[in-house]
Amino acid sequence: MAAKQVNPTRMELTRLKKKRLTAIRGHKLLKDKRDELMRQYLDLVRENMEVRKIVEAGIRSANRNFVIAKAGMSEAALNTALMAPKQEVYLEAGEKNIMSVDIPTFEYKTRTADENDIYSYGFAFTSGDLDGAVKSLADVLPDMIRLAEVEKACQLMAAEIEKTRRRVNALEHVIIPETEESIKYITMKLDENERSTQIRLMKVKDMMLEEAHHYSEK
Amino acid sequence: MYKIAVVGDYDSIYGFAALGLSICPVKNREETREKLRQLAEDEYGIIYITEKAASELGSGLEQYLERALPAVIQIPGVSGNTGAGVVGVKKTVEQAVGSDILFGGVGE
Repeated sequence: MAAKQVNPTRMELTRLKKKRLTAIRGHKLLKDKRDELMRQYLDLVRENMEVRKIVEAGIRSANRNFVIAKAGMSEAALNTALMAPKQEVYLEAGEKNIMSVDIPTFEYKTRTADENDIYSYGFAFTSGDLDGAVKSLADVLPDMIRLAEVEKACQLMAAEIEKTRRRVNALEHVIIPETEESIKYITMKLDENERSTQIRLMKVKDMMLEEAHHYSEK
Repeated sequence: MYKIAVVGDYDSIYGFAALGLSICPVKNREETREKLRQLAEDEYGIIYITEKAASELGSGLEQYLERALPAVIQIPGVSGNTGAGVVGVKKTVEQAVGSDILFGGVGE
Protein backbone atom coordinates (compact mmCIF):
# COMPACT_ATOMS: atom_id res chain seq x y z
CA MET A 1 0.00 0.00 0.00
CA ALA A 2 3.04 2.22 0.09
CA ALA A 3 1.33 4.82 -2.02
CA LYS A 4 3.35 7.50 -0.34
CA GLN A 5 6.99 7.72 -1.30
CA VAL A 6 9.13 7.50 1.83
CA ASN A 7 12.87 7.87 2.11
CA PRO A 8 14.37 4.66 3.47
CA THR A 9 16.67 6.36 5.95
CA ARG A 10 17.19 5.86 9.63
CA MET A 11 16.09 9.39 10.38
CA GLU A 12 12.79 8.83 8.60
CA LEU A 13 12.39 5.57 10.47
CA THR A 14 12.78 7.23 13.86
CA ARG A 15 10.37 9.95 12.82
CA LEU A 16 7.76 7.45 11.71
CA LYS A 17 8.11 5.38 14.85
CA LYS A 18 7.51 8.47 16.92
CA LYS A 19 4.51 9.32 14.77
CA ARG A 20 3.09 5.86 15.26
CA LEU A 21 3.45 6.10 19.02
CA THR A 22 1.69 9.47 19.07
CA ALA A 23 -1.06 8.16 16.82
CA ILE A 24 -1.67 5.11 18.99
CA ARG A 25 -1.74 7.22 22.10
CA GLY A 26 -4.08 9.75 20.49
CA HIS A 27 -6.29 6.97 19.24
CA LYS A 28 -6.63 5.50 22.70
CA LEU A 29 -7.42 8.87 24.26
CA LEU A 30 -9.97 9.79 21.60
CA LYS A 31 -11.61 6.42 21.91
CA ASP A 32 -11.97 6.92 25.64
CA LYS A 33 -13.35 10.38 25.02
CA ARG A 34 -15.86 9.04 22.53
CA ASP A 35 -17.04 6.33 24.91
CA GLU A 36 -17.48 8.71 27.80
CA LEU A 37 -19.24 11.29 25.62
CA MET A 38 -21.55 8.59 24.37
CA ARG A 39 -22.37 7.42 27.89
CA GLN A 40 -23.26 10.92 29.03
CA TYR A 41 -25.08 11.66 25.81
CA LEU A 42 -27.34 8.64 26.10
CA ASP A 43 -28.41 9.66 29.60
CA LEU A 44 -29.00 13.18 28.40
CA VAL A 45 -30.97 12.25 25.32
CA ARG A 46 -33.29 10.03 27.33
CA GLU A 47 -34.00 12.95 29.60
CA ASN A 48 -34.47 15.14 26.55
CA MET A 49 -37.17 12.84 25.23
CA GLU A 50 -38.94 12.72 28.58
CA VAL A 51 -38.91 16.48 29.10
CA ARG A 52 -40.04 17.01 25.53
CA LYS A 53 -43.03 14.75 26.02
CA ILE A 54 -43.97 16.64 29.19
CA VAL A 55 -43.60 20.01 27.50
CA GLU A 56 -45.54 18.99 24.44
CA ALA A 57 -48.37 17.63 26.52
CA GLY A 58 -48.32 20.81 28.64
CA ILE A 59 -48.43 23.10 25.65
CA ARG A 60 -51.16 21.05 24.05
CA SER A 61 -53.40 21.38 27.07
CA ALA A 62 -52.54 25.07 27.44
CA ASN A 63 -53.47 25.64 23.83
CA ARG A 64 -56.76 23.89 24.40
CA ASN A 65 -57.42 26.17 27.36
CA PHE A 66 -56.61 29.19 25.25
CA VAL A 67 -59.02 28.13 22.56
CA ILE A 68 -61.75 27.79 25.16
CA ALA A 69 -60.86 31.15 26.62
CA LYS A 70 -60.93 32.71 23.19
CA ALA A 71 -64.37 31.28 22.56
CA GLY A 72 -65.68 32.95 25.68
CA MET A 73 -64.65 36.46 24.83
CA SER A 74 -64.16 38.73 21.86
CA GLU A 75 -60.87 38.69 20.05
CA ALA A 76 -60.35 42.38 20.62
CA ALA A 77 -60.82 41.98 24.35
CA LEU A 78 -58.38 39.07 24.39
CA ASN A 79 -55.78 41.00 22.47
CA THR A 80 -56.13 43.98 24.77
CA ALA A 81 -55.85 41.77 27.82
CA LEU A 82 -52.55 40.31 26.69
CA MET A 83 -51.18 43.41 25.01
CA ALA A 84 -49.13 44.83 27.86
CA PRO A 85 -47.52 42.08 29.89
CA LYS A 86 -46.64 42.91 33.46
CA GLN A 87 -44.19 40.09 33.89
CA GLU A 88 -40.88 39.71 32.13
CA VAL A 89 -38.58 36.73 32.05
CA TYR A 90 -34.82 37.08 32.02
CA LEU A 91 -32.44 34.32 31.33
CA GLU A 92 -29.14 33.79 33.07
CA ALA A 93 -26.94 31.69 30.82
CA GLY A 94 -24.02 29.87 32.35
CA GLU A 95 -21.65 27.40 30.85
CA LYS A 96 -20.94 23.84 31.79
CA ASN A 97 -18.12 21.78 30.41
CA ILE A 98 -18.83 18.14 29.70
CA MET A 99 -15.85 16.40 28.12
CA SER A 100 -14.63 19.65 26.55
CA VAL A 101 -18.03 20.45 25.08
CA ASP A 102 -19.29 23.80 26.28
CA ILE A 103 -22.91 23.42 27.17
CA PRO A 104 -25.11 26.34 28.14
CA THR A 105 -27.07 26.19 31.36
CA PHE A 106 -30.11 28.36 31.75
CA GLU A 107 -31.57 29.85 34.82
CA TYR A 108 -34.52 32.10 34.53
CA LYS A 109 -35.57 35.02 36.60
CA THR A 110 -38.79 36.87 36.52
CA ARG A 111 -38.83 40.62 36.79
CA THR A 112 -41.14 40.57 39.79
CA ALA A 113 -41.35 37.84 42.36
CA ASP A 114 -45.13 37.88 42.49
CA GLU A 115 -46.40 34.95 40.52
CA ASN A 116 -49.75 36.60 40.00
CA ASP A 117 -48.11 39.12 37.71
CA ILE A 118 -48.67 36.81 34.80
CA TYR A 119 -52.23 38.10 34.68
CA SER A 120 -51.66 41.33 32.86
CA TYR A 121 -55.26 42.40 32.87
CA GLY A 122 -58.10 43.35 35.12
CA PHE A 123 -60.41 40.46 35.84
CA ALA A 124 -63.58 42.41 35.06
CA PHE A 125 -63.65 42.03 31.28
CA THR A 126 -62.00 38.69 30.74
CA SER A 127 -63.34 35.20 31.14
CA GLY A 128 -62.15 32.97 33.93
CA ASP A 129 -60.95 30.49 31.35
CA LEU A 130 -58.22 32.89 30.32
CA ASP A 131 -56.79 32.88 33.84
CA GLY A 132 -56.66 29.11 33.74
CA ALA A 133 -55.08 29.12 30.32
CA VAL A 134 -52.37 31.58 31.29
CA LYS A 135 -51.72 29.64 34.48
CA SER A 136 -51.39 26.35 32.62
CA LEU A 137 -48.88 27.90 30.28
CA ALA A 138 -46.94 29.41 33.19
CA ASP A 139 -46.72 25.94 34.72
CA VAL A 140 -45.02 24.56 31.61
CA LEU A 141 -42.41 27.31 31.49
CA PRO A 142 -39.87 25.74 33.92
CA ASP A 143 -40.01 22.53 31.91
CA MET A 144 -39.64 24.47 28.70
CA ILE A 145 -36.47 26.10 29.99
CA ARG A 146 -35.17 22.71 31.06
CA LEU A 147 -36.03 21.35 27.62
CA ALA A 148 -34.07 24.13 25.94
CA GLU A 149 -31.07 23.38 28.12
CA VAL A 150 -31.14 19.63 27.59
CA GLU A 151 -31.94 19.72 23.92
CA LYS A 152 -29.19 22.22 23.18
CA ALA A 153 -26.76 20.06 25.14
CA CYS A 154 -27.81 17.04 23.11
CA GLN A 155 -27.32 18.86 19.83
CA LEU A 156 -23.87 20.09 20.78
CA MET A 157 -22.78 16.74 22.13
CA ALA A 158 -24.05 14.89 19.08
CA ALA A 159 -21.93 17.14 16.90
CA GLU A 160 -18.90 16.57 19.12
CA ILE A 161 -19.42 12.79 19.16
CA GLU A 162 -19.64 12.73 15.40
CA LYS A 163 -16.40 14.69 15.13
CA THR A 164 -14.61 12.48 17.65
CA ARG A 165 -15.84 9.34 15.97
CA ARG A 166 -14.46 10.50 12.63
CA ARG A 167 -11.11 11.22 14.21
CA VAL A 168 -10.98 7.83 15.90
CA ASN A 169 -11.81 6.11 12.64
CA ALA A 170 -9.29 8.12 10.67
CA LEU A 171 -6.54 7.24 13.13
CA GLU A 172 -7.54 3.62 13.40
CA HIS A 173 -8.06 2.85 9.74
CA VAL A 174 -5.82 5.30 7.91
CA ILE A 175 -3.04 6.96 9.86
CA ILE A 176 -1.87 4.02 11.98
CA PRO A 177 -1.87 1.35 9.21
CA GLU A 178 -0.19 3.75 6.80
CA THR A 179 2.57 4.55 9.25
CA GLU A 180 3.09 0.91 10.05
CA GLU A 181 3.32 0.10 6.37
CA SER A 182 5.97 2.77 5.90
CA ILE A 183 7.93 1.57 8.92
CA LYS A 184 7.92 -1.96 7.58
CA TYR A 185 9.02 -0.76 4.17
CA ILE A 186 11.94 1.22 5.60
CA THR A 187 13.08 -1.60 7.89
CA MET A 188 13.07 -4.03 5.02
CA LYS A 189 14.89 -1.65 2.74
CA LEU A 190 17.53 -0.96 5.38
CA ASP A 191 17.98 -4.69 6.04
CA GLU A 192 18.35 -5.28 2.36
CA ASN A 193 21.01 -2.58 2.09
CA GLU A 194 22.78 -4.08 5.06
CA ARG A 195 22.90 -7.49 3.40
CA SER A 196 24.13 -6.18 0.10
CA THR A 197 26.92 -4.30 1.84
CA GLN A 198 27.85 -7.46 3.67
CA ILE A 199 28.00 -9.45 0.46
CA ARG A 200 29.98 -6.77 -1.29
CA LEU A 201 32.53 -6.78 1.52
CA MET A 202 32.83 -10.57 1.40
CA LYS A 203 33.32 -10.43 -2.34
CA VAL A 204 36.00 -7.76 -2.06
CA LYS A 205 37.75 -9.76 0.64
CA ASP A 206 37.75 -12.81 -1.59
CA MET A 207 39.18 -10.83 -4.46
CA MET A 208 41.92 -9.38 -2.29
CA LEU A 209 42.85 -12.77 -0.90
CA GLU A 210 42.90 -14.15 -4.40
CA GLU A 211 45.27 -11.44 -5.49
CA ALA A 212 47.63 -12.03 -2.56
CA HIS A 213 47.75 -15.81 -2.55
CA HIS A 214 46.62 -16.91 -6.00
CA TYR A 215 44.48 -19.79 -4.64
CA SER A 216 42.99 -20.69 -7.99
CA GLU A 217 46.34 -21.35 -9.55
CA LYS A 218 47.31 -23.92 -6.97
CA MET B 1 -28.76 38.82 30.70
CA TYR B 2 -30.61 37.04 27.95
CA LYS B 3 -34.21 37.07 26.86
CA ILE B 4 -36.49 34.39 25.50
CA ALA B 5 -38.38 34.69 22.24
CA VAL B 6 -41.21 32.72 20.74
CA VAL B 7 -41.62 32.63 16.96
CA GLY B 8 -44.65 31.35 15.13
CA ASP B 9 -48.13 32.18 13.99
CA TYR B 10 -49.94 34.57 16.29
CA ASP B 11 -52.61 32.13 17.42
CA SER B 12 -50.05 29.66 18.68
CA ILE B 13 -47.92 32.03 20.65
CA TYR B 14 -49.96 34.93 22.01
CA GLY B 15 -50.31 33.23 25.39
CA PHE B 16 -46.57 33.40 26.00
CA ALA B 17 -46.75 37.18 26.01
CA ALA B 18 -48.52 37.05 29.36
CA LEU B 19 -45.59 35.16 30.86
CA GLY B 20 -43.18 37.84 29.76
CA LEU B 21 -41.56 36.14 26.79
CA SER B 22 -41.08 38.20 23.65
CA ILE B 23 -43.46 37.03 20.97
CA CYS B 24 -42.66 37.45 17.30
CA PRO B 25 -45.66 36.62 15.15
CA VAL B 26 -44.62 35.67 11.64
CA LYS B 27 -46.74 34.83 8.64
CA ASN B 28 -44.52 33.35 5.99
CA ARG B 29 -41.21 31.70 5.41
CA GLU B 30 -39.24 34.82 4.52
CA GLU B 31 -40.47 36.61 7.59
CA THR B 32 -39.55 33.66 9.79
CA ARG B 33 -36.06 33.41 8.40
CA GLU B 34 -35.45 37.13 8.75
CA LYS B 35 -36.85 37.22 12.27
CA LEU B 36 -34.82 34.23 13.37
CA ARG B 37 -31.62 35.75 12.04
CA GLN B 38 -32.38 38.98 13.81
CA LEU B 39 -33.15 37.26 17.11
CA ALA B 40 -30.06 35.07 16.93
CA GLU B 41 -27.85 38.11 16.62
CA ASP B 42 -29.65 39.85 19.42
CA GLU B 43 -29.52 39.01 23.11
CA TYR B 44 -31.79 36.01 22.99
CA GLY B 45 -30.74 32.84 24.79
CA ILE B 46 -33.64 30.64 23.84
CA ILE B 47 -35.83 30.90 20.78
CA TYR B 48 -38.90 28.71 20.75
CA ILE B 49 -40.28 28.17 17.30
CA THR B 50 -43.49 26.43 16.38
CA GLU B 51 -43.06 23.18 14.52
CA LYS B 52 -45.04 24.55 11.63
CA ALA B 53 -42.84 27.60 11.18
CA ALA B 54 -39.75 25.44 11.56
CA SER B 55 -40.88 22.99 8.91
CA GLU B 56 -41.49 25.85 6.48
CA LEU B 57 -37.98 27.00 7.15
CA GLY B 58 -36.51 23.65 6.18
CA SER B 59 -32.76 23.57 6.45
CA GLY B 60 -32.56 27.13 7.72
CA LEU B 61 -32.49 25.82 11.27
CA GLU B 62 -29.37 23.76 10.90
CA GLN B 63 -26.98 26.66 11.15
CA TYR B 64 -28.13 27.23 14.73
CA LEU B 65 -27.54 23.63 15.80
CA GLU B 66 -23.83 23.91 16.37
CA ARG B 67 -23.83 27.31 18.00
CA ALA B 68 -23.81 27.43 21.79
CA LEU B 69 -26.37 30.22 21.85
CA PRO B 70 -29.16 30.69 21.05
CA ALA B 71 -30.91 27.39 21.61
CA VAL B 72 -33.57 27.05 18.95
CA ILE B 73 -36.25 24.72 20.27
CA GLN B 74 -39.32 23.49 18.44
CA ILE B 75 -42.64 23.49 20.22
CA PRO B 76 -46.05 22.36 19.01
CA GLY B 77 -48.38 25.10 17.81
CA VAL B 78 -52.12 25.49 18.14
CA SER B 79 -52.76 23.40 15.05
CA GLY B 80 -51.46 20.33 16.80
CA ASN B 81 -48.33 18.35 17.32
CA THR B 82 -46.59 17.38 14.10
CA GLY B 83 -43.96 15.33 15.88
CA ALA B 84 -41.17 17.40 14.33
CA GLY B 85 -39.63 18.04 17.73
CA VAL B 86 -39.37 14.33 18.46
CA VAL B 87 -37.93 13.76 15.01
CA GLY B 88 -35.32 16.40 15.79
CA VAL B 89 -34.26 14.52 18.92
CA LYS B 90 -34.08 11.27 16.97
CA LYS B 91 -31.95 13.00 14.40
CA THR B 92 -29.35 13.96 16.97
CA VAL B 93 -29.26 10.35 18.15
CA GLU B 94 -28.65 9.29 14.59
CA GLN B 95 -25.90 11.84 14.22
CA ALA B 96 -24.19 10.70 17.40
CA VAL B 97 -24.65 6.96 17.31
CA GLY B 98 -24.99 6.30 13.61
CA SER B 99 -28.47 4.90 13.85
CA ASP B 100 -31.43 5.48 16.10
CA ILE B 101 -31.04 2.76 18.70
CA LEU B 102 -33.08 4.38 21.46
CA PHE B 103 -36.43 5.51 20.20
CA GLY B 104 -36.72 3.34 17.14
CA GLY B 105 -40.31 2.25 17.60
CA VAL B 106 -41.51 4.85 20.05
CA GLY B 107 -42.45 7.51 17.48
CA GLU B 108 -45.88 9.03 17.55
